[in-house]
Amino acid sequence: MSKPPYARELKVCLCHICGFACPQDAHECPRCFSPVHVRKTNSLARTWAFLIASIIFYVPANTLPVMYTSMFSGGSENTIMSGVIEFWQHGSWDIAILIFIASVAVPCMKFCVLGTLLITCQRRSCWAMRERAKLYRFVEVIGYWSMLDVLVVAVVAALVQFRALSTIEPRLGILFFGLVVVMTMLSAMSFDPRLIWDAEVNDVE
Amino acid sequence: MPQQPDWIICEHCDSVYHRRPLARGEAARCIRCDAVIERSRRFNVEQLFALTLAAAIMFIFANAFPIMHISLQGLSNEATLWESVQALAQGRITLIALVAGLAIIFAPLFQILLLGWVLGYAYVGEIAPGFRACMRALEHLRPWSMLEVCLLGILVAIIKLAGMLNVSPGIGLWAMAMLTVLIILIAGRDIRYLWDDLKVPIA
Ligand SMILES: [Zn+2]
Ligand SMILES: [Zn+2]
Repeated sequence: MSKPPYARELKVCLCHICGFACPQDAHECPRCFSPVHVRKTNSLARTWAFLIASIIFYVPANTLPVMYTSMFSGGSENTIMSGVIEFWQHGSWDIAILIFIASVAVPCMKFCVLGTLLITCQRRSCWAMRERAKLYRFVEVIGYWSMLDVLVVAVVAALVQFRALSTIEPRLGILFFGLVVVMTMLSAMSFDPRLIWDAEVNDVE
Repeated sequence: MPQQPDWIICEHCDSVYHRRPLARGEAARCIRCDAVIERSRRFNVEQLFALTLAAAIMFIFANAFPIMHISLQGLSNEATLWESVQALAQGRITLIALVAGLAIIFAPLFQILLLGWVLGYAYVGEIAPGFRACMRALEHLRPWSMLEVCLLGILVAIIKLAGMLNVSPGIGLWAMAMLTVLIILIAGRDIRYLWDDLKVPIA
């Protein structure tokens, strides 16, 4: 089957808010009045910036404790990994795997995927375009599940407040972890998947 | 030039297609990049409005009642969603409380309010005042609304705490579970059909 035409060939461009096919030279969507761009502005630079910020935040997110638990005698601080290991040792391997996926596997995968997409787009690579497009959509869908650990800490810290007996408090690591998630989400949002396909045509600004 | 609303552009690769009517449950995929470019609509305006009202009620329940009770050696405690967000608001890490508050309380709240406003007018066949701004806000809010993640988080918290103390779910949790489903149903892309339904004038 022959490939469908690109929007550029028909002199239109998509409004991301309402889906209207705007004339290519429009700065504003005629239907919903939101700004339209042929490509997201500075997509590559912004995606890189958010991606690098999230990788930097990822270091303190994993090395600093995210939670402080005091139980009867003495207290202990947990990082994300030590929390996972604790679950594992207490036999709840399913929860351990769940938290590991949400807090470690998903962010790391996002770093790799976004990095790969950025580099291949900068090189105007025609390699595995369909697969790269799918990878991007996958990253967009799973991204926010990393917030899991932040919300777990919030709920647990709100509940366990028995002054003398036992308390659980959030610690600085959770801030950095939350920022990692926000930064990777912003990074994925700044990336314009249409850049993948621009490699097919050479005359795009 | 053909009538423009008949064109449908894939947001992932910029391919242009002619809109074709879809049967119920059908989805159109892009030939070039395989992304879903259009789904058949699940609900009409009346149904969406009714679901939004239900979501508003569930939102009130989910926030007014505790989501969990715990007890330990005769002492007991409970927490609401708002208290969970507050628990993060401590000194240097307060910023994360804002993110969590947005994700589990404010984004869903604004989604419900905006949908109620827009759909309430659409129900009587009118374009709500500020329709464009509301629709834009809804599009921007969607990625930050994370109730389903919160629901999973609460389940993890239950399992985490069940080992050391007695945990029981509260009314808020059941309401939140229903709210999560409702938000997924109403806050999706179905709402975009309003642009065509209401024949929003094109400048
Ligand atoms: Zn528009
Ligand atoms: Zn496509």
